[in-house]
Amino acid sequence: MDLAYITYLVVGFTFAVYIGIAIWARAESTKDFYVAGGGVHPIANGMATGADWMSAASFISMAGLIGMSYNGYGGSVFLMGWTGGYVILAMLLAPYLRKYGKFTVPEFIGDRFYSDTARVVAVICLILCSVTYVIGQMKGIGVAFSRFLETDYETGLYTGMVIVFFYAVLGGMKGITYTQIAQYMVLILAYTVPAIFISLQLTGNPFPQLGLGSTLVGTDTYLLDKLDQVLVETGFAEYTTSVRLSTLNMFAFTASLMVGTAGLPHVIIRFFTVPKVKDARSSAGWALVFIAILYTTAPAVAAMARLNIMQTIEPENGSYLIIEERPEWFKTWEKTGLLRIEDKDGDGRVRYVADAQSNELVKLDNDILVLANPEIAQLPNWVIALVAAGGLAAALSTAAGLLLAISSAISHDLLKSTFMPNISERAELNASRGAMAVAVFGAGYLGLNPPGFAAGTVALAFGLAASSIFPALMMGIFSKRINREGAIAGMLGGLGMTLFYVFQHKGIMFVAEWRYLENLGENWFFGIEPNAFGCIGALLNFAIAMAVSRITAPPPARIQDLVEDIRVPMGSGVAHQH
Amino acid sequence: MSKVTEERAAEYWRRNKLLMWKLMTVWFVVSFGFGILLVEPLNAIRIGGYKLGFWFAQQGSIFTFIGIVFYYVRAMHKLDQEFGVEEDD
Repeated sequence: MDLAYITYLVVGFTFAVYIGIAIWARAESTKDFYVAGGGVHPIANGMATGADWMSAASFISMAGLIGMSYNGYGGSVFLMGWTGGYVILAMLLAPYLRKYGKFTVPEFIGDRFYSDTARVVAVICLILCSVTYVIGQMKGIGVAFSRFLETDYETGLYTGMVIVFFYAVLGGMKGITYTQIAQYMVLILAYTVPAIFISLQLTGNPFPQLGLGSTLVGTDTYLLDKLDQVLVETGFAEYTTSVRLSTLNMFAFTASLMVGTAGLPHVIIRFFTVPKVKDARSSAGWALVFIAILYTTAPAVAAMARLNIMQTIEPENGSYLIIEERPEWFKTWEKTGLLRIEDKDGDGRVRYVADAQSNELVKLDNDILVLANPEIAQLPNWVIALVAAGGLAAALSTAAGLLLAISSAISHDLLKSTFMPNISERAELNASRGAMAVAVFGAGYLGLNPPGFAAGTVALAFGLAASSIFPALMMGIFSKRINREGAIAGMLGGLGMTLFYVFQHKGIMFVAEWRYLENLGENWFFGIEPNAFGCIGALLNFAIAMAVSRITAPPPARIQDLVEDIRVPMGSGVAHQH
Repeated sequence: MSKVTEERAAEYWRRNKLLMWKLMTVWFVVSFGFGILLVEPLNAIRIGGYKLGFWFAQQGSIFTFIGIVFYYVRAMHKLDQEFGVEEDD
């Protein structure tokens, strides 16, 4: 069967499932809309969290980032950072925020720091990091459509918007939860199937996690040793040891991604949907299991696909691929612009080396590693169709989770809690649907007209979550002494410092001409790149909050009682009544 | 629902924090320790095709994280029971 036809069939089928779920899981109350009724099983929530968390970037780009841009070991920052955050989330935040039993992250900050100002500052931080994040997802949807279904970018984006609109507006968190479970299954199948095939082909081991440490089929050479050797011969750094910038920078980058992960509102609110405190703890464990399936497969995909590409181009030492004889997948991806050859010396062969002067594979996009994987491994068409559906599932599920975080902050924290406290439940439910519709169109608009700074923004989202939201939540639980003044000053200080540092080196709003310092290692604070700065922002937030709290009045007694109460699981059923 | 005394609640919180510190230490050692700071010496040791430091950075730390969270879930459940602070069904 024709590839395009199968792809339409597979993607169409998954969309039909999502819409079916949306009709079945309509929201009847605000509790349904914000926290899916609060009765989601911890394993189901773990799976939904997996899909919520793993975005188009994790699915399409991460293996390529590890295998190419970060040249192997350097890419470990993403693997450790984006999983280690769940340990922090499970032990420091999720159970206590679940115990508090409200609907949103700013709601906790507003109540704990007894201040509408604190709540509004939290809403601003939330919207800043969620909006920057959602732009990337909308772009991912458009790109996935245009690459796999050969529609244009706009048509793809509109189709994605209609699907998200349907289940997010109708079902809120309830609809999103159940579609995310279906989307998790699609994306994990789409990620692991090609990986298993490639691992089998190269090493004979069906588990990519083991294949990565195995010998190549028919030889005594280990895959990683071979890869190191091939890369060193072509002038690249060794795959298994090349550090990203410096050890300190890797440390800071990993820490920033971990803390940022734990502070992302769209992930935190997923833990409000389980019935009990102990479910919130175990659900974080399950989420990590479901995420780890992809995150331990990704480094294998990275190394194996990189080796495949190197060996396609240089099948034998010193003898390069003849351009006329290049495989079909090469031509397919040249059309998309992700791959480009330039025969500089006119010998009719492609040289792929580290030296930019003589390198002839002038464009090799990171995303190729995952997108072209099935074709490079000569897998059947249905696997390619599955990868298309998986990429879309990853982008749609994350977009929906982010949109819910944004719309609930608007309808619940701004409208209900701050400006219109007397609004009825029915009216609030309608308002939350309205806010969701606005958020979907807003995100769609930004996806269609991406601002110049869109490319740099997903990393910024982590920096902002790490430096503003995470410290406020953690101190709210672990300290009775941090007061309103301290928390507000800390959030603004951490947020401000992180924005300042990023803009200083990358330009105000990422316009390069507007930067006031060259984005060079020597100008960086201890050699820490702007993407890795979130953890410094977080430290600053902690320091400011503690200092300011010391010199201002302690929180009132009822707040200290509230903190005592959230530290003990008992009685969460009562707290959930609004 | 019986109310826990203040001292019992304080003791429960102290034990909770102690457990947390222990597990955060493991979390730190396998990722920042083995995966980043000590990666070079560990790379001298090999398990099959994996250099040990590289393995911790790309596989081992993640598996350990899962173990940490589930250990925490079990230990906290026991602690909740010991202090009689579990949630009502």
